[in-house]
Amino acid sequence: MSFWTRHQVFEKNSIILIVGILLVIAIGGLVEITPLFYLKSTIEKVDGVRPYTPLELAGRNVYVREGCYLCHSQMVRPLRDEVERYGHFSLAAESMFDHPFQWGSKRTGPDLARVGAKYSDDWHVTHLTNPRAIVPQSVMPGYPFLSRSEVDPDAIADHMRTLRTVGVPYTDDQIASAAADLKAQADPDNAGGDAFTKRYAKAVVRNFDGKAGTPTEMDALVAYLQMLGTLVDFKIYNEKANLR
Amino acid sequence: MSQPSISKSMTIGESGLAVVFAVTAFLCVVASAKALDAPFAFHAALSAAASLAALFVIVNRYLDRPAALPPAEINGRPNYNMGPIKFSAFMAMFWGIAGFLVGLIIASQLAWPALNFDLPWISFGRLRPLHTSAVIFAFGGNVLIATSFYVVQKSCRARLAGDLAPWFVVLGYNFFILIAGTGYLLGVTQSKEYAEPEWYADLWLTIVWVVYLLVFLVTIIKRKEPHIFVANWFYLAFIVTIAVLHLGNNPALPVSVFGSKSYVAWGGIQDAMFQWWYGHNAVGFFLTAGFLAIMYYFIPKRAERPIYSYRLSIIHFWALIFLYIWAGPHHLHYTALPDWTQTLGMTFSIMLWMPSWGGMINGLMTLSGAWDKLRTDPVLRMLVVSVAFYGMSTFEGPMMSIKVVNSLSHYTDWTIGHVHSGALGWVGFVSFGALYCLVPWAWNRKGLYSLKLVNWHFWIATLGIVLYISAMWVSGILQGLMWRAYTSLGFLEYSFIETVEAMHPFYIIRAAGGGLFLIGSLIMAYNLWMTVRVGEQEVQMPVALQPAE
Repeated sequence: MSFWTRHQVFEKNSIILIVGILLVIAIGGLVEITPLFYLKSTIEKVDGVRPYTPLELAGRNVYVREGCYLCHSQMVRPLRDEVERYGHFSLAAESMFDHPFQWGSKRTGPDLARVGAKYSDDWHVTHLTNPRAIVPQSVMPGYPFLSRSEVDPDAIADHMRTLRTVGVPYTDDQIASAAADLKAQADPDNAGGDAFTKRYAKAVVRNFDGKAGTPTEMDALVAYLQMLGTLVDFKIYNEKANLR
Repeated sequence: MSQPSISKSMTIGESGLAVVFAVTAFLCVVASAKALDAPFAFHAALSAAASLAALFVIVNRYLDRPAALPPAEINGRPNYNMGPIKFSAFMAMFWGIAGFLVGLIIASQLAWPALNFDLPWISFGRLRPLHTSAVIFAFGGNVLIATSFYVVQKSCRARLAGDLAPWFVVLGYNFFILIAGTGYLLGVTQSKEYAEPEWYADLWLTIVWVVYLLVFLVTIIKRKEPHIFVANWFYLAFIVTIAVLHLGNNPALPVSVFGSKSYVAWGGIQDAMFQWWYGHNAVGFFLTAGFLAIMYYFIPKRAERPIYSYRLSIIHFWALIFLYIWAGPHHLHYTALPDWTQTLGMTFSIMLWMPSWGGMINGLMTLSGAWDKLRTDPVLRMLVVSVAFYGMSTFEGPMMSIKVVNSLSHYTDWTIGHVHSGALGWVGFVSFGALYCLVPWAWNRKGLYSLKLVNWHFWIATLGIVLYISAMWVSGILQGLMWRAYTSLGFLEYSFIETVEAMHPFYIIRAAGGGLFLIGSLIMAYNLWMTVRVGEQEVQMPVALQPAE
């Protein structure tokens, strides 16, 4: 029997055909995806990476909701021009708590992986409200409505609990004080500021949108943008330590 | 009917579905009342209304129908079920025009950002998923469902399995599109490219898709032909693999069952790999395997020639589905994804060139001895040109997956141009060709209302594609080169915004190309509408295909 005759078993039996398809398509995925969950070299060991603060998380949810990833990547490649333009290339560890990842696939606007602390809060608020007020040639949409929409501090603890279930290591303490922390991060006069910065290393407490009262989505988004890429200190990062 | 005395009663499907929809309607009302956010309340209310409508239609249909269900055969001939096909074909045309229009709008927003109007609902970030989902899943999906239901019946010489099930598939699928699309505008999204719908839309799609698989599979099992026709292998691979990809990429935990927000189970690097395993195979199995099935049925039928090589189609099939699955990591070159995964992805992407061109050759060479028909039949010309575009973009794809090429092309408009040479040229044209064939066949018409209008559509759309992809090639390569340009002193030559400014003329040309493509589709919609309304009835049934040996 030739190969072509043997092949008739697939052509004449739909269940065998389906099983054949499933086997053939399973191989590639299994080989490429499964090792990423157990090979230790996949995510390097780095100091400084921590879960998002409640306010940053709320900001990240705005980023996700508005589809920012469609024009902005968060992944600096180890190419000379990118490292010079944006900073140190992105490490796997830097997005290990990202559900979903927001590496993006298009740069209609610049990469944002290391945008944190590069511009002032004022710059961000003005730019997000009307991009062309600062960059006349920009093609970015304006987001003035973010300043008019408040973040609900009481809702964020449930989000952190959900994230903990899918693997983000929030502590009980962090979840219990989520609402207070959310307000504290956007209010330098808040008494809870010290306790908050103890819970989240390198977190910045500022009134991001410059307005008093409950934090707005503008506060949250700017807080998120201002922390992007700032957690790992590359002055002391030893990339050889992870070679094995 | 020989036995008029059959007592009329509800089938298990009718009574079961009626109960399910009644319960669903109740649950959705509760969910809407307890909803944590406005979009979820809206979607729950919409689902409640749809469930009640479905309940009403099921009962009403039962009251109107005769005691016996439609027979599988009439006078020894299969009694084909064309209703769901007609509906899906109509929806394909509707979503196609909507999707092309939204594409034109977002293309214009990139050229003239004032068109975002500072409003959340119509900002680029929300409209762009609406465009991609509308053209891929709504237009493409309905074309695939319509043609697969047609091809499986004809090539198996069997009536579509199920009575309500095919209707459940087409209506349920379009309801999924409605929920997903309105969700994007309201800011409900997972922000995973091409997998944006939130958890409840994903769950609903899973149910619909399983029923789709069952209808398709049971129809094949009921076949009167010994062999399963080639096109059905491709449809089957498309349906099964999309189910696997959808389930693998989308496991998510909702913050509350009464809210729209969820967090995907995968994070960081694993999420990236799952996403592009899914994303590239949405291209490989939704936009390629499914539409290759269309190629394997509609081109031979329209050209009245057998498939060029049956053995080539066997090799084409297994090689294509085996290799495609590996190609995902080429979307993640030079990222934090481990190098070994990137290299595997690149290697398999390059190998993928071979089965892709094997399939192209099989499609094109089917024309041997019938090339003269390209002069007289614009529908066949559309189908053949689609295969040529398929060949072009499946050469460009492997080339762009080479790491050094990718270091230039990635993140630029070159990717957008590549996608659209495949989407407009291959998927668009093969869909148009299939619909131009399918509508007269499904509505039992002698032919199209006007071949001249097909000709106009063909040339206007082709011009649009050429403008679109050449503008994106130039802007993509230009931007990639500007990003890495250095001055003689060793400084980066351009600031980022200078590269954005340089894109402006190409964004206008691209929008013009998209506009032409949209005009072409409007001509098509008019032509098909007139075909159904004033076309002459076909009297003779077409002869069944000979089984392949």
